[in-house]
Amino acid sequence: MDFGFITTHTSAYIKAAGLTLRLGLWGILLSLIIGLFCCMVSYYKVPVLRRICAVYIELSRNTPLLVQLFFLYFGLPKLGVVISAEVCAIIGLSFLGGSYMAEAFRSGLDSVERVQLESGLSLGLTSAQVMYFVTLPQALSSSIPALVANVIFLIKETSVFSAVALADLMFVAKDLIGMHYKTNEALVMLVVAYAIILLPISIAAALLERRVRRAGFGN
Amino acid sequence: MQDLGIRVLFIGNNMQRLLLGLWETVQISLIAVILSIFLGIILGMAMTVKNPALRAVTKVYLEVMRIMPQLVMLFIVFFGLTKAFGINLSGRVSAVIVFTLWGTAEMGDLVRGALISIPPHQYESGAALAMTKLQVYIYVVIPQTVRRLIPLAINLTTRMIKTTTLVVLIGVVEVLKVGQQIIEANRYTYPSAAFWIYAAIFALYFLVCWPISLVARRLERKWQFGGDAK
Repeated sequence: MDFGFITTHTSAYIKAAGLTLRLGLWGILLSLIIGLFCCMVSYYKVPVLRRICAVYIELSRNTPLLVQLFFLYFGLPKLGVVISAEVCAIIGLSFLGGSYMAEAFRSGLDSVERVQLESGLSLGLTSAQVMYFVTLPQALSSSIPALVANVIFLIKETSVFSAVALADLMFVAKDLIGMHYKTNEALVMLVVAYAIILLPISIAAALLERRVRRAGFGN
Repeated sequence: MQDLGIRVLFIGNNMQRLLLGLWETVQISLIAVILSIFLGIILGMAMTVKNPALRAVTKVYLEVMRIMPQLVMLFIVFFGLTKAFGINLSGRVSAVIVFTLWGTAEMGDLVRGALISIPPHQYESGAALAMTKLQVYIYVVIPQTVRRLIPLAINLTTRMIKTTTLVVLIGVVEVLKVGQQIIEANRYTYPSAAFWIYAAIFALYFLVCWPISLVARRLERKWQFGGDAK
């Protein structure tokens, strides 16, 4: 193991980790919005949108991110739609993540029993109030484990971005292997970088799950 | 030319080549799925054993597999092993190894979840009916566990099929690589080939994974309330 090599190239990894995180966070944020939207649409059974959301969820859940990215990045320009690699990556990640988040929210909403909704209504709350004060808090707390699992899943998926020429962690490692033939060092740093990003999230998730476990109250 | 670009899919034996490429990834994932189901069951049972050392080891294994991106693991097995130990594995073999390691962890977690979801009164009722421990497992616990497990295991299969696309990045010739070859070969005759080829690959993956997801969902619904004693 060549530690001199590791110290000289740490800055490249830090920069790449920044890109990975930035794209990952945008993707996660957008997928949360898409997920919540799709979930609400199917919860309130909005006529046409509901169908569109259902089709979208099936499409995105049953195709790999890499294929989605290749289509966006190499396929669409042939029709004159040219999108930069970063935007492609964010679109791809949120296209993929949206459906996973929607499913997580949906399972949370499903887990809230009808009694809760009916009790709320019989107390004279409007249906919007029931949603805001009764259903959503319980639904969110029971969907937290799934949501956090999705966050970790999406950050892991960002490793694919190197395939559309984005200089993320994978790309830097591949580059160093190609240029200096320091495979061991490059891979060890890659593993450490991902561990530094994902371990805290995984630990925070376990703590968060314990704190928000309110939905089970009374059972 | 743009509206004629779709013909690139059907000239020569292009479609056949794409399908063969798809079969390559599906094959890798099927081998890995079968191996991980067996190993995962063992791992899942090991995780419910109350042995602190075993529990710690399995927990670390699970956490590592959950945190490391599959692509990173592919690189470690494909490039790292060669460099560090001189073990030279082909792309396919490394893919099977990585996806089995990962699938075993995921499957083990599912098995563990299914096992602990069986309420203790099921074991106790069995014992109260004078069944032996083995009988309780065979007639009471395993049928219920399997019902909870099968839909989840099928979902894992689609996830593995989707994730095996990554093997293109370690040089296995599968559907994306074949697609690239076709695009390159038809660069001048069909300039819009990239669009149609990638759209076709997108559709192919969907056609493979969607029916599997539908089966999983149907089974899940069918068995949702069948697991518990009614």
